[in-house]
Amino acid sequence: MKGAEAIIKALKKEDVEHVFGYPGGAVIDLYDAIHEDDDLKHILTRHEQGAAHAADGYARVTGKAGVCIATSGPGATNLVTGIATAHMDSVPVVALTGQVPVEMIGNDAFQEADTTGITIPITKHNQLLKESKNILSTIKKSFHIAETGRNGPVLIDIPKDLQSEDIDFDYPKDISLPGYNPTFRPHELQIKKAVDAIMEARRPVIYAGGGVIASNASKELRELSETIMAPVTTTLLAKGCYNEESDLCLGMLGMHGTKEANYAITESDLIIAVGARFDDRVTGKIEGFAPNAKIVHIDIDPAEIGKNVKTHIPIVGDAKKALNKLIKRINRKKIKKENTEWHNKIKRWKKEKSESLKSEGKRIKPQFVVKKISEKTPDDTILATEVGQCQMWAAHYYKFKKPRTFLTSGGLGTMGYGLPASIGAQIAAPDKKVWNIAGDGSIQMNIQEIATAVKFNLPINIAILNNNYLGMVRQWQELFFDERYSQTHLGENPDFSKIAEGFGAKGMVVEKDSEVEEAIDIANSTDKPVLIDFKVKKEENVYPMVPSGSTLTEMLERKDIKGD
Amino acid sequence: MGVHILGLLVENKPGVLNRVAGLFSRRGFNISTISVGMTENPDISRMTISIKGDEKELEQVTKQLNKQIEVIKVSEISKDYVERRLALIKVNTSDSEDRSEIMQIADVFRANVVDVSKKNVTIEVTGDRDKIEAIIEMLKEHGIKEIAKTGTVALNRGKKSMEVD
Repeated sequence: MKGAEAIIKALKKEDVEHVFGYPGGAVIDLYDAIHEDDDLKHILTRHEQGAAHAADGYARVTGKAGVCIATSGPGATNLVTGIATAHMDSVPVVALTGQVPVEMIGNDAFQEADTTGITIPITKHNQLLKESKNILSTIKKSFHIAETGRNGPVLIDIPKDLQSEDIDFDYPKDISLPGYNPTFRPHELQIKKAVDAIMEARRPVIYAGGGVIASNASKELRELSETIMAPVTTTLLAKGCYNEESDLCLGMLGMHGTKEANYAITESDLIIAVGARFDDRVTGKIEGFAPNAKIVHIDIDPAEIGKNVKTHIPIVGDAKKALNKLIKRINRKKIKKENTEWHNKIKRWKKEKSESLKSEGKRIKPQFVVKKISEKTPDDTILATEVGQCQMWAAHYYKFKKPRTFLTSGGLGTMGYGLPASIGAQIAAPDKKVWNIAGDGSIQMNIQEIATAVKFNLPINIAILNNNYLGMVRQWQELFFDERYSQTHLGENPDFSKIAEGFGAKGMVVEKDSEVEEAIDIANSTDKPVLIDFKVKKEENVYPMVPSGSTLTEMLERKDIKGD
Repeated sequence: MGVHILGLLVENKPGVLNRVAGLFSRRGFNISTISVGMTENPDISRMTISIKGDEKELEQVTKQLNKQIEVIKVSEISKDYVERRLALIKVNTSDSEDRSEIMQIADVFRANVVDVSKKNVTIEVTGDRDKIEAIIEMLKEHGIKEIAKTGTVALNRGKKSMEVD
C-alpha cells in the first residue's frame, strides 16, 4: 500500500481515533488517505497552532498521545509554539509534518523549512524520514517515546515522495531503542531513606507537580497525605490531583501561591516533592526556598533531580509506584497524626480570608466570575485557560476536584492555548462540560478556532475576563515600573459577542454581578459554543504575589498596595 | 572549573551530532572540543567531548545527554586513562639552519615531519593538550603559518571500557 495509507493504518494501530490538522502540498497524499478512511476522525482547525494545542488538550484529558498534522514549511513552523507548549509541560503529542521530496531537501524548495532542526530543542525526540521502509518503525517508536517515561512531544518529518511510495504494511511488534530506557521502578534503598525521613519529620509538606497527574497517581497521593497527615501544596499543573476542598490542601505555591502554601514550605522540615521540577515560579529566590527542610524528590526524569535545588533523598521512578511503596512501608502506628503544632499553625494560616468579590456598583470583579463558574459547573468540568491574570484567577478561584480537568500552559505560558485546547478536550470528552477562562488579550491570539468549535458542534464555553488590558503585564508595570503602562492598554476591544455570532457561536455580554449566574447557566445548557464577554474591573490585580527574585514569604498582599 | 572528558556511545545516524552539540549551547555549557568517529560496530559512533565546568554542571550535562534518545551511553573518562589530540602545524622556514632547528624540536616532542618544502615544514604531533600547546609555543618563534587541531579522544586504561549493555 501507499506510504500515506500505511501511516493512517499505523495511527489506528496506536489506537488513535482523532487527529487535528491542516492540509497542504507536502501532506496532500496523507490527506488523500485520510479522505479514504472511514474510522479516523480528522478535526480541521483554522491554524496549525490550533491543531497542536488541540492535540495537547486532547492528550492532557485522555493521557494518550494527541496527534497533529501539518504541511511542510509554514505549516510546520506554525506548530512550533504548540509543540514547545507540550514540551514544557511534558504532554505526549505526536506531530506529523510533511516535508519536500527527499531529492529536494536542502535546496530551499517551495515551503521547505528544516523542521527537525527547528524542533530539536522543543521535542522529546524527532526524526526526518529518508526512506519509506522506516515509516512504520518510526511511528511505533514515536508513540512509545511520547507516552512513556517523562511524556513529551515527538515529531516525524515525512517527505512527500515517501507518502506515495508503495510499502508493505508490516507493523512492528517490537522496537529497538538502545538509548531509551526510563527508570520506572524506584530504588528500594531510597524508598527506605524517604520513609525514615517521613517518620522523623515534624513539619512535612507534600509538593505535588504535574507528574502526579501524568502517572495517574492522585489516589496514591491522597493516601500518602492522609496516612502521614501531611498538607499538600500543588503546582499550577498539578491542580486537580488533590481535592482542593480537603483540609490538608494548601492550594498552589510559588509566585502566586497561597499564603499557607508559601509559609508551610518555608517552615517545613521535610518536603516530599512528587513529579515537580522546582521551577523558578515555584521556588522564588532559590536561597530562601525551604531553608530548614530535607528534600525528598520523586521524579521520572533524573535530570530534574538536583537541577535547581539540592535534593537529600532522590527517588528516580514513576510517581505512582514510588508513592505506593512509601505508603506500604510507613509504620502507621508510629506516625503522630492530627492536631500537632504543625497542623494548628497551618490552620491559622489558612483561616478564611475575608474578601469581598462584590462589584459595589462598579465593573464586575474577575474573581467573582471564576468563583461562580466554579460553583455552577459539575465537578468533572474541564477548565482550560489562556495565560496571564485570567489563568491565575482560574487557579485561585476555581475549586479543582479531579485530575485531568485543568488545561493550562504552565511552563511556556502560551497565550492562545486555551481555546484550541478546549476543542481538543471536548473532542476527547464529549459528555463533559468544557470552559475556557480567557483574557481579552489572549483570546485574540487564536480566536479563529471558534470556527472549528462551531463546525464540529462543540459546546465549549468561553468566558472572557475583559479588562481592556494585557492585565498581567499591566500589573507588573503598576507595581514595578511606576505605572508606566507601555503598550498594555488594549483600549476599546472588538465586540467579542458579535465576533462569536459571526462565527456561528452564541455571544453574550455581561456587565453586572446580577447577570453572571444566569449567563453561566445559559452557557451550560446551550449545545453550541458560547462566548461570554464579562466586562470586568480594569485594574484588578492578582494577589498574593511574590515579586520576581524575592523569597516565598515576601508576599505582596492586597493591603500592601496603594490605591487598590 | 575543571576540564572533564566525556565518552559517549551514540546511534550512528544523521543529525545526532547536531542534537548533541546543540544541547551544550542550549543549556549554556561550555564545550572545549568534540571528536566523533564510528566504533567497531558500524551502527554506533563514539563521541569524545571535553568540557569546562564544575561538578554540578558535569552532572547536569551527563543527565541531559542521557535523555537524548539516540545517546546510548555517557560516562566520564577520569582517573586512569589515555588522552590524545593531534595537530598539524605548518611552520615557516627561512634557511636550512632554521629547518634543522625545527626538526630538532619535532624530535624532542616525538613529532613527525610530514611535509617539507623550501619555505615550510609541516609537523604532525600527537599527545595531550599540554604537550601540543608546548610544541606550539616552541614553534611560534619560527612563525606558524597554520594549524589544524583535532579534539581530544580518550580511553580508559586496562580492563575498563564503555560497552553497550
